Amino acid sequence: MTTETAPLADAADSGTPEALLSVHDLGMTFPGPRGTLRRRPGVRAVDGVTFDVRPGETLGLVGESGCGKSTTGRMLVRLLDPTAGRVSFRGQDITRTSQHRLRPLRSRFQMIFQDPFASLNPRQTVQQIIAAPLRAQGESRARIRAEVRDLVQLVGLAPEHLERYPHQFSGGQAQRIGIARALATRPELVVADEPVSALDVSIQAQIVGLMERLQRELGVAYVFIAHDLAVVKHISHRVAVMYLGRIVEIGDKRQVYDHPAHPYTKALLSAVPLPDPVAERTRERIVLLGDPPSPANPPSGCTFHPRCPKARARCRTEAPLLTLTAPGRQAACHFPE
Amino acid sequence: MTSHPLLDVHDLAVEFTTEEGTVRAVKGVDFTVERGRTLGIVGESGSGKSVTSLAVMGLHRGATVTGSARLDGTELIGAPDEHLRKLRGRRMAMVFQDALTALHPYFTVGDQIAEAYREHFGGSRRAALARAVDVLGDVGIPGPARRAGEYPHQFSGGMRQRAMIALALSCEPDLVIADEPTTALDVTVQAQVLELLMRLQQERGLGIVMITHDLGVIARVADDVLVMYGGSAVEQAPADTLFTTPRHPYTRGLLDSLPRLDAEDGAELRSIPGSPPSLLAPPAGCAFHPRCALHAAKPDARCTGDRPPLRTVADGHRSACVLDEVTA
Repeated sequence: MTTETAPLADAADSGTPEALLSVHDLGMTFPGPRGTLRRRPGVRAVDGVTFDVRPGETLGLVGESGCGKSTTGRMLVRLLDPTAGRVSFRGQDITRTSQHRLRPLRSRFQMIFQDPFASLNPRQTVQQIIAAPLRAQGESRARIRAEVRDLVQLVGLAPEHLERYPHQFSGGQAQRIGIARALATRPELVVADEPVSALDVSIQAQIVGLMERLQRELGVAYVFIAHDLAVVKHISHRVAVMYLGRIVEIGDKRQVYDHPAHPYTKALLSAVPLPDPVAERTRERIVLLGDPPSPANPPSGCTFHPRCPKARARCRTEAPLLTLTAPGRQAACHFPE
Repeated sequence: MTSHPLLDVHDLAVEFTTEEGTVRAVKGVDFTVERGRTLGIVGESGSGKSVTSLAVMGLHRGATVTGSARLDGTELIGAPDEHLRKLRGRRMAMVFQDALTALHPYFTVGDQIAEAYREHFGGSRRAALARAVDVLGDVGIPGPARRAGEYPHQFSGGMRQRAMIALALSCEPDLVIADEPTTALDVTVQAQVLELLMRLQQERGLGIVMITHDLGVIARVADDVLVMYGGSAVEQAPADTLFTTPRHPYTRGLLDSLPRLDAEDGAELRSIPGSPPSLLAPPAGCAFHPRCALHAAKPDARCTGDRPPLRTVADGHRSACVLDEVTA
């Protein structure tokens, strides 16, 4: 737990001066398949996403597969160029900056990926992997060696691991290497895309604990992207819930988890099985009908309306906007709880 | 015939020979499954939970299986292939994690179910297809007649999983082994599929073996639980008992390391140090001892000697820890 104070009421207002990262009206439309005469309409993977991340906090980004959470994460660090909106880092727009001019900023925001093995070069030693971002910054050899040594210890690996290759490590250890690499340049923000979902339960807790300790020690902010609502609840200060490319609810973790305003958030939380057989037999469960719809062909109005137990006529025609429903929390629903 | 448990597994062991040596994937596991009940087998990767189920089904390729597994009194281990083929699908069926690889991409879903049905019951193609449409309807697939004519890739993840359950149930088996059947699904869809399995169990008195790493899924569906670690069963108990009074340090560690939706704010995750053991070079004695807090606090020769067997610690509750009396 960090000592960060509770977020302000205007949580999702972009461009607040204290924001580390401001995301405004971010959108990503992937081009559609080629048709006979013209391209068919594109897939709107992310649409109108707006939020802030403050220094040293963790914003959890949750949602089911295809909700656009990973696409959003990639746009935050410019691994993908958004088709709409902007991302500002410390007030500087990074969405339209050239890659060349972006370079000095790159060291200040980094990414951790889901599959630690796929994101580590199998032909490089741990030393080379962790040193890469430091070399890119033009640090001296001696300084790099010292830094890398510190970093492996910081993430709970031993100096003798430095000469080994990724395949010689377990999944949890490999993820530690990925974290060390991400932290090499002492970034202010790390975007972590499902960093623990490929790991065994007993190892997940180690990595979550490590990320929390590093945040306390280094003051790094996280955007923690995951489908596992329990992990996100544990690590986040604020949480954004995505559905079909949009944020349907965002706010203080306690607000979102204890008093969800959006029917989707409520259903999602009630669907998670609790490791408690007695609670499982007695709790109220909202079982949503059907599957999440395809972003290639989203429903009209509120995109959740075909599965929503509370949907009325207005929901079919009019898309709800994110509005403040309680201090520190916004929801996009015509009939919030 | 009801004097036998539906599935009675005794001292089941599975070994693989690899280039790097012999892997003892399962080292003598016992359990029973009764009709209408669900046994949850929980464990992390390499715990032997999936290999156990494949061995029971006779689907272990190139492995040496010893011990006994009786389905309604009939021995499965060492039974001839053609005999097992008659039982598989008909008396016992399996639901896998990844329906896209378990279903054949070239045949329609209806044809695959119809073929399985005719394999066991014969009859006309037309009658078998009608049966396929029926079971697709039973598992809650809307428009089953139309969907039966579609290919697996035309189904969404949740619908595909339903189709695989329909395939498993088409011949009305008594036992269903489900290996991580909802792991690839989103939570809202997972809830639907678990609900479906429980409904079908109630209607048909199925015995279910649910293999998963997810303690939440276990809590939702299991009557009894077997916890596996490093190829052995380390704890066995009714589900309620296991979650309220876990006895083995591994089970306790697993529950303590779990982030929970129902946790107090600021509750700490107590992780288990180290990683799961290598099956090629497993630790001597209790496979968990190198990571065990009890052993670390008070090293005991019994932890590193022979592998501690499961012993009864309470009515219907067995744990394989020699230091357990200290903590009880």
